[in-house]
Amino acid sequence: MFRRVAVRLLSHLRPFSSSEVPTEPVADDLFMAAWRRIVPNLDPPRTPLAFMRPRPSTASAASTPSKLTINLVSHYSSALSNKQVDMVIVPATTGQMGILPGHVASISELKAGLLSIHEGDEVTKYFISSGFVFVHSNSVTDIIAIEAVPIEQVDPDSVQKYFKEFTQKLSAASTDLEKAEAQIGLDVLSTLHSSLSG
Amino acid sequence: MASNAAVPFWRAAGMTYITYTNLCANLVRQCLKEPYKSEALNREKVHYSVSRWVDGKPEKQTLRSDIPE
Repeated sequence: MFRRVAVRLLSHLRPFSSSEVPTEPVADDLFMAAWRRIVPNLDPPRTPLAFMRPRPSTASAASTPSKLTINLVSHYSSALSNKQVDMVIVPATTGQMGILPGHVASISELKAGLLSIHEGDEVTKYFISSGFVFVHSNSVTDIIAIEAVPIEQVDPDSVQKYFKEFTQKLSAASTDLEKAEAQIGLDVLSTLHSSLSG
Repeated sequence: MASNAAVPFWRAAGMTYITYTNLCANLVRQCLKEPYKSEALNREKVHYSVSRWVDGKPEKQTLRSDIPE
C-alpha cells in the first residue's frame, strides 16, 4: 500500500518536464543502476543532471568550428545564450581582445569598455562595467559581466555630468582610497564617453 | 619575500575587487537613459537586517534597507 502511495507522490513531481530534456538522464548511470538494484519497483527520480543541457564537448585539436558560440550573462539576466557569431571583441584589462573561432582557451579579466559582437555584417555593441571572459577550447566563449547594457541605453549627458563631478572629487581627494575611487570613476566615465562617440 | 607582481592601483589603495566592481557597475547604472536607469537601480535595492551574536545571544539588530518605509 505504501509503495503505491509513493509512486503516486513521485508522479506528481513532474512540474518542470520539458520536451527537450531526455526522459532517461544521460550521465547518471551509477545512480540509476544503484536505484534499480535497490528499489526496482519505483521509477527513478529525476536528478539535477537530467535538467542540465549538456555543453558542447571540448573538441580535440582536430576541427576548428566555423562559428563562435557566445554566452553573455550577468547576475540578473542571460542576455545572450548560445548565440553563434563570427567574432567578439572584449575589453580585457590588457586591451581590446578579439576572439575568433579556434581561439586558444583563456581566462581574462575585463575592465569597463565596449563589447562588440560581429555576426555577418552586423555589429552589436554592449557596454560592460567589468567582469571576466572565459574562452573554452571548443570555441564556446562565456562573457560574465556585472552590468552589460546595449550602448543605445547610455545617456551622454549623464556621462558628462558625472565626469565633471569625479574630476572635482579627484582634486578634492585626500586619502588614497578617495583618490582611487575618483580615479576609477574617471576611467569608467572616459571609456563610456569614447564608446559613445567611437 | 618581495611584494607580488604589480597590483592594480585600487588594491594598493586598500579596495577589494568586489568594491571596485560594484563601483564601476553603479556608475554605469547612473549613466543610463530613463526607463532603464530606474529599472537598474530598482533591481539593485536591498533590504536586510544584520545582528551580531555575542555569547550565544543576539545583540541589537541593524536593519539596512533601500525600500522607503
